[in-house]
Amino acid sequence: MADPLLRVENLVRRFGGIVATDHVSLDVARGELHAVIGPNGAGKTTLISQLTGQLLPHSGTIRLAGQDITRVPAYRRSALGLARSFQITSLLLDFTAIDNVALAAQAHDGHSFYFWSNARKERHLRQTALAALDRVGLRHRADVLVSKLSHGEQRELELAVALATKPQLLLLDEPMAGLGATEAARMVKLLQELRREVTIVLVEHDMDAVFALADRITVLVYGRVIASGAPAAIRQNEEVRRAYLGDQHAVTRHG
Amino acid sequence: MKDLLDARNVIVALVIAGLLSLPLYTSITGNIFMLTLFTRIVIFALAAASLNLIMGYGGMMSFGHAAYLGIGGYAVGILAAEGIGSGFIQWPVALAASALFALVVGALSLRTRGVYFIMITLAFAQMAYYIASGLARYGGDDGLTIYKRSTFGGLINLSSRVQFYYLCLACLFGGIYLIWRIVNSRFGMVVQGLRSNEQRMQAIGFPASRYRLVCFVIAGTMCGLAGALLANNTDFVSPAAMYWTRSGDLMVMVILGGMGSLFGPMIGAIVYLLLEEFLSQVTEYWALIMGPLLLLIVLFGHGGIFGLLGRLRRG
Amino acid sequence: MLLVVEQFLNGLQFGLLLFLLAAGLTLVFGIMDFVNLAHGSLYMMGAYFAATFVAWTGNFIIGVLLALGATLLLGIALEFIALRHLYGRDHLDHVLATFGLILFFNDAVRLIWGPAGLALPLPAWLTVPIAILPGIYYPAYRLAIIVVALAVALMLYIVVMRTRLGMLIRAGASNREMIGALGINIKLLYTLVFGLGAALAGLAGLMQAPILTVQIGMGENILILAFVIIVIGGIGSIRGAFLAAIFVGMIDTLGRAFLPDLLRQMLSSTAASTAAPALSSMLIYLLMAIVLVLRPEGLFPANRR
Repeated sequence: MADPLLRVENLVRRFGGIVATDHVSLDVARGELHAVIGPNGAGKTTLISQLTGQLLPHSGTIRLAGQDITRVPAYRRSALGLARSFQITSLLLDFTAIDNVALAAQAHDGHSFYFWSNARKERHLRQTALAALDRVGLRHRADVLVSKLSHGEQRELELAVALATKPQLLLLDEPMAGLGATEAARMVKLLQELRREVTIVLVEHDMDAVFALADRITVLVYGRVIASGAPAAIRQNEEVRRAYLGDQHAVTRHG
Repeated sequence: MKDLLDARNVIVALVIAGLLSLPLYTSITGNIFMLTLFTRIVIFALAAASLNLIMGYGGMMSFGHAAYLGIGGYAVGILAAEGIGSGFIQWPVALAASALFALVVGALSLRTRGVYFIMITLAFAQMAYYIASGLARYGGDDGLTIYKRSTFGGLINLSSRVQFYYLCLACLFGGIYLIWRIVNSRFGMVVQGLRSNEQRMQAIGFPASRYRLVCFVIAGTMCGLAGALLANNTDFVSPAAMYWTRSGDLMVMVILGGMGSLFGPMIGAIVYLLLEEFLSQVTEYWALIMGPLLLLIVLFGHGGIFGLLGRLRRG
Repeated sequence: MLLVVEQFLNGLQFGLLLFLLAAGLTLVFGIMDFVNLAHGSLYMMGAYFAATFVAWTGNFIIGVLLALGATLLLGIALEFIALRHLYGRDHLDHVLATFGLILFFNDAVRLIWGPAGLALPLPAWLTVPIAILPGIYYPAYRLAIIVVALAVALMLYIVVMRTRLGMLIRAGASNREMIGALGINIKLLYTLVFGLGAALAGLAGLMQAPILTVQIGMGENILILAFVIIVIGGIGSIRGAFLAAIFVGMIDTLGRAFLPDLLRQMLSSTAASTAAPALSSMLIYLLMAIVLVLRPEGLFPANRR
C-alpha cells in the first residue's frame, strides 16, 4: 500500500504471562474505514490503547503519516492528529456537553496557561464546539450536563469530542456499545458521513454495522491477526468463520 | 431572579456584609476580642480558599497545606529578626518561598495519586515542621516573637487593629476573586477537567502534570500570603503553625463549607473556628465534642454546608 | 564497634515496631480501602492501657495482655459503631472522620489520665543486660521487643500466606469484588481485619511505652512514619511494609546516632549541632522523596485490581 496513514508493525504487548498483542501488523490507508473485529478478549482494546499511547508496547512500531509514534506520550498524539472515543463512556460528567467539546478544541488551540479571561466566552472555541455538536446532531443538547444525557447521546458526544480535535485518524472503540436499534442506526449513518472527512479505525462487535461501513476488516483472535482484507473476503474466510463468525460465536447487536 | 435569591447566595451576601461592617460593630460595643477573633478567621478563610483551589477544583487532596502558613510566617519572622521590617521585602519573600516549596513538593508529590498523594503531602509538611523546629537561631520549638509588624512605608499601619482587619479582608476577597477568575479561565477548565477525568483529558491532548503543578504552586503561594498575615496577627510564629493537625483543620474548613464552591471555604472557616471558640468557652475538652461532630458531619452531611443548603432549596 | 552493634540492634528494634504499626495500617487500607488516621490513637491507647493495667495488677505480663485485649476490643467497637459505615466512601471522608477521632481521643485521654503522661516501669527481670555476643551486652527488654515483634511478623506471614483467612486477605487486597462473590461474610472479615490492625497498633504502642513515651499526641508523630513506610513499601503489601520498616528504622536510628559525628567532621561544630537533629529528622522524608522519584508505586506494590 502506498503511504498508509497508519502503519502498525509487529506490535507486541504482554501482561504477565499473557500475550495480549501478538506481533500485530496492519495498515490503514488514508480515507478508509478500517474495522477491527474479534471475539471478546481478543485484545482489541489493548491494541487501541497502544495506538493512543495509554499503553506502551514491548516491541514493534506504530507509524502515523510516516512518523514513529510508538513511544510518544498520549497527550502528544492528539496534537499529531490522533483522536479516540472510549469503549466505556469517558466524558467529563460534571460539565455540559458543549464544555466537553470546547475543552477538546481548547487543547488544540495553543496552550492553556491563561488565568484571567473566561474560557466559556471564547468565541472561536464555542463555534468549533457547536459545529462538532451539530455534526453529531447534539446541538440542541449543548447546555445539558453530561450526566443528564442519555447513553446514546453520550456516545454521540464522545464522537463530537473526538471530532473537535480535528483529527487525521479517528479511533473508535465500540461506539455502538449499549445502543438500542434506532440509536445504532443513527450512529451508523453518522459514521457513513464522517468517513468522507476523516480516516477511521473502528473496533466493533456489531457485525451489521461493520459490514455496512468497513472498507477493510482486520480480524484479531487471542491477540493475533488471523485475517485482513475486504469484507467479502473476510466473510468467506474459513478461519474467521470458525473462530468468530461460527454459530457458537454468533454476535448480535447489543441492546 | 429566583436563582439569585437561593439560600446560598443570601447567606454569602449576609456574611460578606457582616464581615465588612464588623469593625463598626466592635468599635461601638468595644468588643475588641471579636475583631481579633475575626481577623484570625478571615486569614484562615484565605488559607482554606487556597486549599479549595487544589482540593475542590483540582481534585488534589493535599494534607500538607499548613506548611505554607508556616513558610509565609517564618519569612516574615526571620526577616524581622534580622532587622528587615519592611513588608515590601518580607511579603514578596514569603510568597516566593512558598512558591518554591510548592514547586518542589508538587513536582515530587504529583507523581502519585489518591491516598499516596495525601500521605506524601503530609510527610513533606512534617519535614517543613522539623526544619522549623531545628532553627535554633529563630526559636526552634518555642517559636519566634515578632516585635514589630510589617511596615509598608506609611501606606498602612498594621498595628492598627481595624486597618489590619481590612487588609486581611481585602486579601481574602482579592484571593476569592482571583480564584473565581482562575477557575473559569482556560487554565481552570483544564484543572477541573483533570479532576473530573484525567484519562479523557490526556486523550484530547492536555499534559496533566504541568497544569496540576502550576495550580499547586498558585495555591501554595496564596496560602503563603495567609501565613504572612497570620504571623503579623499573632506577632509570633512557631513550627506548630505547620503541624499536620493544622493541615487537617484547613481540610475540615474546606469540606465543611462545601468543596469546589467559591465561598464555601470562607463559610467553613467561619463555622469551624467559631465552633472551636464557642466549644472551648464551654469546656476545656472541646475536642470531645468536635471530634464526634466531625465524624457525624462526614457520615451524614454531603457536600458540606453549601451542599446542605442546596438540598434544602430543592427539597 | 560496640556502639555500631548497639545502634544496629536499636535500628532493628525501631524498625520492627514501625512494622507492627505499618502492617495494621496497610492491612486495613489494602482490604477495606480505608484510610485510618486514628490508627495512631490506637497505638496511644495501647500504651495508656498498658501503663494503667500494669499499675493495677502489679504484674507486667498480665497488664500487657489485658492492654492488648482492651485495644483489640476498642478497635472492634470503633469499627462496629462508626467506621464500617465509611467503607466505599471517598478517602477524603475517611481522612476527615478519623481526624475527628484523633481530636476526640487526645482529649479523652487528657480528661481521663490528665495532661502529664504516664510512665511504665519495667520489672527487674527485663532490665538486665543480656550478653548477645561475648563482651557485648544489650538490654533484655529491647531484645524482647525484637523477639516478640519478629514472632508476630512470622505469625502474620503464616496467617496471610498459609491460612484461609490469609488467602481472603490477600485476595481482598488485590480484588475486593471477588471476595464478596465468594460468599464470605464480608462484614465479619472486615471487623476481624480491623481488630487485627488495632491489636498490632496497640502492641507497638505498649511495647515502646517503657523505653520511649506514654503521652498525648504520641500517635500522630509515629503515624506519619508509618504512612511513609507504606508509601515506600507499597500500599497493601505486608512484605513491602516489613522491608521498608526495617530500612526506615535503621536509617533513622543510625542516622541520628552517627550523623552528628559525621557532620562535625565536615562542618564547624556549631553548624553541625544545629544541622544534625534537623537533618536526622528529615532523613526519612528525603528517602521517601527519592523512592517517589524512582518508583511512585512503592517498592513492592501489591497487585492492583
